Formats: sequence, structure tokens, C-alpha cells
Amino acid sequence: MTLSDQEVRYVADLANLRLSDEEVSRMSHDLGQILTHIEQLNSLNTEGVEPMAQVLFNAGETATLRPDVPHTPLSNEEALANAPASGAGYFKVPKVIER
Amino acid sequence: MSTPEILSLTIGNIRTGLASKSFSARELAEAALGFAQKENPSTNAYLTFSPERALTAAAKVDQQIAEGAKLSALAGVPLGVKDVIVTKGIRTTCGSRMLEHYIPPYDATAVTRLETQGAMILGKLNCDEFAMGSSNENSAFGPVRNPRALDRVPGGSSGGSAAAVAQGTAVVSLGSDTGGSIRQPASFCGIVGVTPTYGRVSRYGLVAFASSLDHIGPFARNVEDAAAVLQAMAGRDTLDSTSAAAPVDDYATQMKQSVKGLKLGLPKEYFEGLNSETADVIHAAVKQLESLGCEVREVSLPNTQYALSCYYIIATAEASSNLARYDGVRYTSRPDSNTLSDMYRNTRGANFGAEVKRRIMLGTYVLSAGYYDAYYRKAQQVRTLIAQDFTAAFEQVDALITPVSPFPAFKIGAKVDDPLAMYLSDVYTLTGDLAGVPCMSVPCGESPEGLPIGLQIFTKHFDESTMFRIAYNYEQSTTR
Repeated sequence: MTLSDQEVRYVADLANLRLSDEEVSRMSHDLGQILTHIEQLNSLNTEGVEPMAQVLFNAGETATLRPDVPHTPLSNEEALANAPASGAGYFKVPKVIER
Repeated sequence: MSTPEILSLTIGNIRTGLASKSFSARELAEAALGFAQKENPSTNAYLTFSPERALTAAAKVDQQIAEGAKLSALAGVPLGVKDVIVTKGIRTTCGSRMLEHYIPPYDATAVTRLETQGAMILGKLNCDEFAMGSSNENSAFGPVRNPRALDRVPGGSSGGSAAAVAQGTAVVSLGSDTGGSIRQPASFCGIVGVTPTYGRVSRYGLVAFASSLDHIGPFARNVEDAAAVLQAMAGRDTLDSTSAAAPVDDYATQMKQSVKGLKLGLPKEYFEGLNSETADVIHAAVKQLESLGCEVREVSLPNTQYALSCYYIIATAEASSNLARYDGVRYTSRPDSNTLSDMYRNTRGANFGAEVKRRIMLGTYVLSAGYYDAYYRKAQQVRTLIAQDFTAAFEQVDALITPVSPFPAFKIGAKVDDPLAMYLSDVYTLTGDLAGVPCMSVPCGESPEGLPIGLQIFTKHFDESTMFRIAYNYEQSTTR
């Protein structure tokens, strides 16, 4: 299994990752190697097997619900405290729409 | 307080010392912090110290004592916390440039519960970036060195948590385990590390890597201390909908029962491809358990060989989704960018390390259009089969006994250029996370070079009591 540089760039785009040319070729090698290993799963017949999305417990359907009581959320200042740029109570980002 | 005194601290003797007024909690906190700050440069286990927080906790304990109140369960216990677990007002980096200056506005539930019981947080512990790694070499703030052999890795991803306890710069610590990140470093550093049942400890405030696999668990120098830390933080938390309401046993009492007549299974798949030094030590430990009255038989977990592939699909898929939040908007720094899309890409390109990028890429690939069924759904089906292997085995035996890792601690740099070889060091641990069963590492000997080797114990969901019972009886029978 190999992954071309073009495929790597496509996936990086989906993941919003900027990769250097060097990173792309390294990634193409590493992912190819890992995907080759993963291909062994194809030898296992899983027809009719339920997928496991979460560790299952013998709990009722509503066991994970909590009482719906109001509480004080984080303040605006606390929520913005770690932002690289903020102003007037909002997160600031580069301009999204040109006028 | 002298160095030998600091190194011999346990939850029990701290309690005795405080009760008999041999030392105050403040004196203990100051001594423990001083020792940790002095010794830390050799291992790089701590990334941040939190003296104010420790001294505030100490003052509360000293007040309890002055008022003649009953000491809480972890009164005055020096605690280190892995840097993927958030602490209000104390920098939490996840070992990543992305969160280098991140100051969380809230505490993880596990942290709150341990502090309520009197624990004193000395600081935050180094780890692989976002808990992705098996050697602690993926931290943006430098590798951690194994205190038992400074040219070797401490294991990962909770390398700092294991190294601090092994070095004596914390009495107990918190780590997280998604594929072996507590047990493997515990084994490499010669201490006890516990991954409880999935949902036993709230994940609220644990920075998410792979939500269906992530666990918080304790490190300690003996089984009793590890169980006491788990006892203090286990149980339902309404802030984590996956935390379980199942009652929590009294581990301290349960573990002291005899192991006579317990049925132990040795899964044959875990003994293939094992390095012979490790195999010899594990077989000697099994003999020891037999001499304590356990019945040992061979069992089979036939789908074990598929666990690594299954794990690296599910864990990376979940990670690619969880790490989408680091986009340059909310957390700390971002490079200058002219457009929103450039801001996302530049922030993530500049601030994530190589292993995190590799896993985000793999996870994005296996979830992408046309590959979802072939990889992700297939892996979830295989996960069902792996979990069923455990269920079937536990119909025959009370616990499974295996090695933790195929080899002891390796040299720093030895596997750094070969991701697949690095992943293989978790081959015996990640099945526990996939099935969600409790498991732990307890020291059981050394390689001829003097490197620690751990014994892994698995039990049924929520049966931490039997796991601790086996570990405690084994430990007591082998301690000089």
C-alpha cells in the first residue's frame, strides 16, 4: 500500500494541516507503511458483527442522563482569556468576507 | 526532611507522620517541592511546578489537624498530575506548542476529588504530545529520562508521571491511558500503574485524544497507594456522561483477601514474540502466584493479532476529530495569516509535532469518503470481536496474566524513526483499552541489565477488587 504525494496533500487539506514538501514525502512513506500493516484486517471475516462504538455496560438507556439544573457558565472574560486575539467580548479572526 | 525519608513516603506513613505531629503538611509540602525542584533536571519529568497550590492544600490539612478533625484519605499526599489533565490557573500544555501558554479556567473532576481528600499538587508532568507516543520523546518540551537508567526512555505517553513516582519527586501521580500509556511506563520505570474500567473515573477535564478509549488512572510505588488514589476519584460524575454509576468497592479491604483458589488465565497469544528475558521474569511471577494458591491455565484470545491495526484506526479517527478544535481561534498563539483558512492551516502546521500530524492524517484518511466502511467500520467490528475474546476468557478464569510490553525500556532515540516499531511496544496493552476492562502493571523483576519488568493483570469490567487482590498478594509475597 502506498499513498502518493498528491493523496497526502488532499488528506492534509481535509485536516486543515499545512505540510512542508519534506513532511509530505515523509508522510507518504509512513502512512503507506502503517496502512500496509492495517490491511491484515481484510483477512478477518466480520460479516454480521455489530460495530463497537463505545464500551458497553449493562445500564439502562437513561443511566447517563443528569438532572437538568441551571448553573453558572464560564464568564465571557474566562472564555476569552486564552484567545490569541479578542475584542469587544468576541474572538477575533482574519476577515472572512470581503466587502 | 532527609532524602531517604522523602523517598520512603507512602500514603500510610504520611498519615502516621501527620497524626503524630512528626511533621506538618506545610513542612512536608516544602520538603517535597524542594526535592522535586532539585532532582527534576535529571529526568525532565515536571514541566510546571505549582507551589502556591500545594501550600494552599497543605494549609487546609494543617487546619484539619489543629481542629482535631479526622484526616481525609489523602491528607498531605504529594501528587503530580499529567499535563493532559486540566488544572484551574495552572498551565496545562499537553506536551504541545499548541497549548504552551494555556491556562485552564476549570479543574478536572479527578483533580477536584483528590484535592478534596487532601492531596497536594506539586506540579504538572511531562508527556508525549496530546498523549500520543510510547516513549515520551514526542513532547515539545524535551524527552523524559528513565530514572532507573537515564539513557533510556521512561515509556509513554505518561512518561513524566511514571518517572516522577519512580524518582521520588511525587508520592503518587495521575496519568492517562488510551493504548497503554499508564501500564507501559509503569513497567519501564518499575512502579505500579493502573488503568481502571472505562467509565470508572470521570474524563471531565482530561484533554480528549480518543474519547472511547481514554482513561485516567494512578501511578504509585505500591499497590495499596495506587488503590487509595483510585478509590478517591472513582465513581459517577454528572459532568461525564460516560462515567459509570456502578458502585465502587472498598479496595483496601478487598485486596487483602487471599488469592487461594483464584483462576488465572495465561493468554497464549501474549507469549508469542516476547523477548526471552521478559518471558523468564513473567513465568517466574506466574510460578509465584501458583505458590500462593492460584490455579493457572492457558487460555486463548484469538483476535489479539488484530488489535494493533484495530486500535490505530479507531484511536486516530477519534483523534482527528477531537484535535480539530485547535484551530488558532481559542487557544494561545497563532502565526500571522491573511485568511481564515490560512490561519487554521498555519496554526496547525506550525504548532503540532510530527507524531500528532501523522495520527491526524491517518485518522482523517480512514474517515474520508470511500474509506469509512473499509477502515473505520471494519475496525469497530474487530473491536467487538476483541471485547468478546475477553468476555469468553472471563467465563473460564477470574483474571488474565500477561507481560506489559514485549521488551524493557529501550534507549532514547532507538525507535524514533520507525513509527510502526514504536507502536508495537503497546501490542499487549491496547487490547485492555479496546475492551474497556480494568488492567494494571505491577513490578515483577528485572532484565539481566537491571531494567524493570512489569506484570499485567486484567479482570472483568468493574472488578478492580480482584485485580488489586492479585497484585497486592503478589507484591507482599515478593517484597523483602
